[in-house]
Amino acid sequence: MYAFDIERPTTIADAVAALKADEAQPLSGGQTLIPTLKARLAAPSKLISLSGISDMIGLSDEGGALRIGGATKHDTVAKEAGATHPGLAGLAARIGDPAVRHRGTIGGSIANNDPAACYPSAALAHGATIVTDRRDIAADDFFTGLFDTALEDGEIVTAVRFPRPEASNYQKFEQPASRFAMVGVFVAKFADGVRVAVTGAGEDGVFRWTEAETALSSSFTPGAVEGLSVSADGLISDLHGSAAYRAHLIKVMTKRAVAAAE
Amino acid sequence: MAKVTMTINGRSVTRDVAGETLLSSLLRDDIGLTGTHVGCDTSQCGACTVHVNGTSVKSCTMFAAEADGAEVTTIEGMANADGSLSVIQAAFQEHHGLQCGFCTPGMVMTASNLLKENPKPTEGEVRAYLEGNICRCTGYHNIVKAILAASGQDVSAIAAE
Repeated sequence: MYAFDIERPTTIADAVAALKADEAQPLSGGQTLIPTLKARLAAPSKLISLSGISDMIGLSDEGGALRIGGATKHDTVAKEAGATHPGLAGLAARIGDPAVRHRGTIGGSIANNDPAACYPSAALAHGATIVTDRRDIAADDFFTGLFDTALEDGEIVTAVRFPRPEASNYQKFEQPASRFAMVGVFVAKFADGVRVAVTGAGEDGVFRWTEAETALSSSFTPGAVEGLSVSADGLISDLHGSAAYRAHLIKVMTKRAVAAAE
Repeated sequence: MAKVTMTINGRSVTRDVAGETLLSSLLRDDIGLTGTHVGCDTSQCGACTVHVNGTSVKSCTMFAAEADGAEVTTIEGMANADGSLSVIQAAFQEHHGLQCGFCTPGMVMTASNLLKENPKPTEGEVRAYLEGNICRCTGYHNIVKAILAASGQDVSAIAAE
């Protein structure tokens, strides 16, 4: 790694101020950033650690929605979100491995927007709101492309607000070495319709499968998507699986998620 | 450089560390606790697993500065106060849960975290919990057996496959 300093602010305001320094970069759980730094793919002069900001840690009820602080660990979400958001808790319980879940955070995952990360699909399928130090951003407007989001320089994801679904589930077809999603599908059913978000498959990152949403909104059964097919256009093709294979998996995972939704 | 103070295996330690110093480097190179092994250095293998504030983390993927104020436990802190092996360590010995021993510190730290959360895990739960710890010798079977035995369960029915 190149040399850098670490600052550990305890308030959001101090973190935002510290991030104004030249080449400063936020550090959340570090489970992606530290390997990136070791590979010398990033060279910050200073890392601003978000792990000591108590306002960004933990789950709370906010008018019936679930608010999760940006620095909340995956393991905490896995253990505490299940009563109202079983799909989300199940997703968090299968990210990486136990040690990674003890460090990695929801804010870090959302802000990084890895095309194979799990959390972006949960945010998109719930129609969640990404709360930052300066504004609220709808999930539909937040994920703008590969490792790209609507965040401005120095803007921090302080929380994510998830409306409560009537039923939800996440199904991940793992790339067996990395545990990342080769295809992951999050299905969430609300009173006004069903939302289906796909991760791991899109060349531009997470996306909604709108045809399936329409079909599942009229009939929330695995059979409702039987007659649909996913185009392989714009899907990732790599040594782990072709675009056509991923297209097939999207439908299979969607059916499994609907069948398992609770 | 920043001054950090943490409790390592019950002993308070203060050091000046650079921002990029990993917790694994601090433990091994500065404190001399070389029981924490660095295998892959890419967060895959789990040989460097230690406990920070009671939960398992990969010490090669955490900065020492972030452990300021924390309670850290390494494999050197796992034996009983009289120096005898802890229940988990003794079970690894009894059931041949190691061959070359390189992954063993991480395996023991992860197993200890599992049994704290889930005192009587099933075989499937043990295997799932070990997914971030890689062993290239044993084929895992005796590691799983050792952890089940350490949880007080009868492992005589588990065949030596």
